[in-house]
Amino acid sequence: MQATNILILILGLGVLAFFLGRGRSLALAKPLGGIRQLHSLPSYYGMHAALWCALPSLFLLCVWMLFDDSLINRLVLDSVAAEIAPNDTASYNLLINKISNLADGILPRKGESAALVAAADHLVSLRIISSWSLTAVLLTLSSLGLLWGWSRISASFRARPVVEKVMQNILLGCACLAIFTTLGIVLSVLFESIQFFRSVPIFDFVFGLEWSPQTAIREDQVGSSGSFGAVPLFVGTLLVSAVAMVVAVPVGLMSAIYLAEYASKTVRTYAKPALEILAGIPTVVYGFFAALTVAPFLRDLGASFGLSVSSESALAAGGVMGVMIIPFISSLADDVITAVPQSMRDGSLAMGATKSETVRRVIIPAALPGIVGGVMLAISRAIGETMIVVMAAGMAAKLTANPLESVTTVTVQIVTLLTGDQEFDSPKTLAAFALGLMLFTVTLLLNIFALHIVKKYREQYD
Amino acid sequence: MTESINHLEKIKNSLSRRNRAEKRFRWYGRTAIFIGLAAVLVLFTDIVNKGHGAFRITYIELEVTYDQDRIGVNNLTDPKELTRGNWEALSKTALRTEFPNVSGRSDKRRLNNLLSSGAGFDLKDRLVANPHLLGRKESIWILADDDIDTYFKSWLAGDAYAARLSSKQVQWIEGLHQQDKIRLQFNSNLFTRGDSREPEQAGIRGAVMGSLLTLILTLLLSFPIGVSAAIYLEEFAPRNRWTDFIEVNINNLAAVPSIIFGLLGLAIFINFFHVPRSVPIVGGLVLTLMTLPTIIITSRAAIKSVPPSIREAALGMGASKYQTVLHHVLPLSLPGMLTGAIIGMAQALGESAPLLMIGMVAFIVDIPGGFSDPATVLPVQIFLWADSPERAFIEKTSAAIMILLSFLIVMNTVAVWLRKRLERRW
Repeated sequence: MQATNILILILGLGVLAFFLGRGRSLALAKPLGGIRQLHSLPSYYGMHAALWCALPSLFLLCVWMLFDDSLINRLVLDSVAAEIAPNDTASYNLLINKISNLADGILPRKGESAALVAAADHLVSLRIISSWSLTAVLLTLSSLGLLWGWSRISASFRARPVVEKVMQNILLGCACLAIFTTLGIVLSVLFESIQFFRSVPIFDFVFGLEWSPQTAIREDQVGSSGSFGAVPLFVGTLLVSAVAMVVAVPVGLMSAIYLAEYASKTVRTYAKPALEILAGIPTVVYGFFAALTVAPFLRDLGASFGLSVSSESALAAGGVMGVMIIPFISSLADDVITAVPQSMRDGSLAMGATKSETVRRVIIPAALPGIVGGVMLAISRAIGETMIVVMAAGMAAKLTANPLESVTTVTVQIVTLLTGDQEFDSPKTLAAFALGLMLFTVTLLLNIFALHIVKKYREQYD
Repeated sequence: MTESINHLEKIKNSLSRRNRAEKRFRWYGRTAIFIGLAAVLVLFTDIVNKGHGAFRITYIELEVTYDQDRIGVNNLTDPKELTRGNWEALSKTALRTEFPNVSGRSDKRRLNNLLSSGAGFDLKDRLVANPHLLGRKESIWILADDDIDTYFKSWLAGDAYAARLSSKQVQWIEGLHQQDKIRLQFNSNLFTRGDSREPEQAGIRGAVMGSLLTLILTLLLSFPIGVSAAIYLEEFAPRNRWTDFIEVNINNLAAVPSIIFGLLGLAIFINFFHVPRSVPIVGGLVLTLMTLPTIIITSRAAIKSVPPSIREAALGMGASKYQTVLHHVLPLSLPGMLTGAIIGMAQALGESAPLLMIGMVAFIVDIPGGFSDPATVLPVQIFLWADSPERAFIEKTSAAIMILLSFLIVMNTVAVWLRKRLERRW
C-alpha cells in the first residue's frame, strides 16, 4: 500500500509542477508582451517541470521496489543468531518465510525462539526504516526536480524540443515492450529448460517413447525417476491438430469461397459475422461443450456401430477445436481471395469457364500462398490450444494414431505439471518449461514462415 | 472444318457435366456455411438447455423456532459467541417438527440431507440481521440440498432423476409438494456468493469480481502502452532494422499460444519478482502482455486510416510533429483504438489458460475486494466447475457460461456500435 500512496503522491507533485511551471512561464511572458515572446507554449514549460519532478522519482521507485525485499532479507539474515542461520537455499527460504510471517503477525509469536522473534522485530524495524527513507528520498528528489525544472524556465528556454524528445523516448519504450516480452518468454523457458536438461538428457526428452512424469515421493520407490520421453505428446498433439484441420480447412475454405464469390450481399452481411461468433467464444466454453456434449455423443454413436470410442477421444477434442478454427481460416482465406484482382476473374470467365472452374483453376492457384500461410497459422493455433484439450482430451500419454482413442497433448501436460503442488525446481515442473520451449519454438517457426508467405503474397497484388 | 465442329460438339456434350460440377461446387459452399452456422446454433442451444435451470433453485418451507437455548447464544453482537452457536440445530429441529414420525439414525440423517448443509448459517445470518426474531417462530423458505434440487427439477420436467436419493426422501419431497411447501425460486445465490464445494451455495460473484479487477488492471496498462507503441511505430519510427524487428516481434507475439504467456508470468512475475500467486495483479500483468499485440495492431490500423492531408494541414499551420499527432491524429483515430481495446478486453475476459499457470485456479470462497486479494476469474471458475463431479455443477457451469457469453456479447456489440457510430469515412 505504501508504494501506491507514494505513487499517487509523486503524480500529484507532478501535476503541481505542471501548473507551477506553466504559471511561471505566463508570469514571465506578461511583461514581455504575451506568450508570443516565449520560445514554447506555456504548457510545454509546465510539462518540462512535471517531467523533471516525476520521472526520476518514478525510476528510483521502481529500482527501490526491485531490490528492497532482497536487501532487507539479507540484512535480517546477517543479523540473526548463529544457531538458526541457514546453510542451504531451501532452509534459507523457509527461514525468511517464517520470519516474515512472524513479523506480519500471521504466525503467533508465543513459543517461538527468542532469536526468531528478535529477527522478526528486526525485520519490522527495517521495513519501517525502508518505507520512511523511501518516502523521504523520493519527496526530496521530486522537490529538487521540480525546483530545477521550474528554475530553468526563461523566455528563451527551448522547452518544446526537450519535452518532445522525452515523450518520443517514452513512446519508443512502449514499443520496445514487445521485444522485452519476447525476450522474457525466451529467457524464462530457456533457463528452466536448461536446468531440466541437466537432469534429463535432451536426447531422451525429444526422442523418448515413454512419458510418465509421476515422480515418486521416496527415492527407492518404483519408477522414482519418472520418464520424460515427449514423443507420445508430440504424436498426440499432431493427431488432435490433424483432426482439427480435417474439420476446419475444408469448411473454412469453402465458406470463404462461397462468401467471396457466390453469396449475395445480404447473405454476406449476415453469414460472415455469424461465423465470426465462433471465433469470439472462449475456449473454455468449447472445452465444456466437447467434454460434456460431443464426447458422450461420439461414444454412444460409436457404440451403436460397435466401435469402442474413448470418452476422451482425440476426435471429440479435435473436432470441436476444428469448429473453433473455422472462422480463423475463413477470414484469412477471404482476405486473400478478395485480394485476387478482378481482371483475373474476368479473363477466365471471358474464356468461357464456369464460375467454379474460375475459382478452382485461377483464383485458388493465385491465392494459394496466402491460403497456405493461413492454414499454417491455424495449425500453430491448434498446436497451442489449451483449454479444449485440457477439458476434453486425456491425461495418459499413449502412442497411437487412432483418433478414437484417448491421447494427451503438450499443452495438457504443461497444465497438469504446473497446477500441482510440487516445488518449483523439481524435474516435473521444469519438464513443463521444456515442453513450453518446444511449443514456443514450433509455433514461432510456423508463425514466422506463415507471416512471411502472407506478407510476400500481399505485396504482389498491392 | 470438321475439326471445329468436333470441338463444338465436345463443348456442348461437356456442358451439362460442367454445369453439374458448378452446381455441386455451389452446394459445397452452402454446406460449409451451413455447418458453421449449425455449430453456432447447436453450441448455444446446448448451453442454454443445460444452464437455464440454474437460475432457479429449490427451496423448502419450514417452521423455524429461533430457540435461544438450542442455539446456545445470548448475545447476537458478539462474533465469538456467534461462531460457537449450534446453528445447525435450528434447521434440524425445523425438519423434525415438519416430519415428526421420522426415527432412526440413518433416516434422521437422510432427513437432514434434504436441506443445504449451509442452511443453518443462512438462518444465523437472518437472525443477526433481524435480532428481534430471537425466541420467536417464523415460517421461512430454506435452501434445499443440490441432490434434492436436481431431483425436484427433473421430477417437475417429468423425467425424475432419483439416483442419489433414497425412496423415503422421494416420499418426503412428494409430501412437501402436496402441501406446497417445496418450490423453485429465483437463485439469487448464483449472483451474490463466491465459490463453494456445495453446488446449491456456489455463486459467481467472486469470479466476476476477480475478472473485473483483472480486466481493469489489464485495460489501465495495455491501452496506454499499446496506443503509445502504435503511435511510435506509425508516426515517429524511422524505417530501419530496429523498427522492423519490433514489428516482427509484435506480429509473432499475437500468434504465440496463450499458455506460453502463463509460463512467462510464472517464471518472471512470480518466481523472479515474487508477486504473490493467484492475485489480480499478476493476472492483469500477464493478460496485459497477451492483449498488447492486439491493441497495437488495431491502433495502428486506426492511425493509418487517418488521411495524410490532416497531418499535412497541421504541419503546414506550424504545428510540431508531436502536436500534430496529439491534437489531430490521436482524436481522429481514438474510436478505432477504443474498438480495438474492447475487442482485446473481450479476448482477455475469455482467456483462462495462462491464468491456470499463475495460480488463479485456486478454490477461493471469499469475494476479492482489491488487486492483491486472491481471486479467480469467470472462465477459470467455469473450468473448475466443469471438473466437479456433482451433477448439479453441470447446470451451474452452463449458467456461468451463459453469463460469460452475455458479457462478451455486450462488449462486442458496444465495439461494433462504437465503430459504426464514431468512425469516420474519409
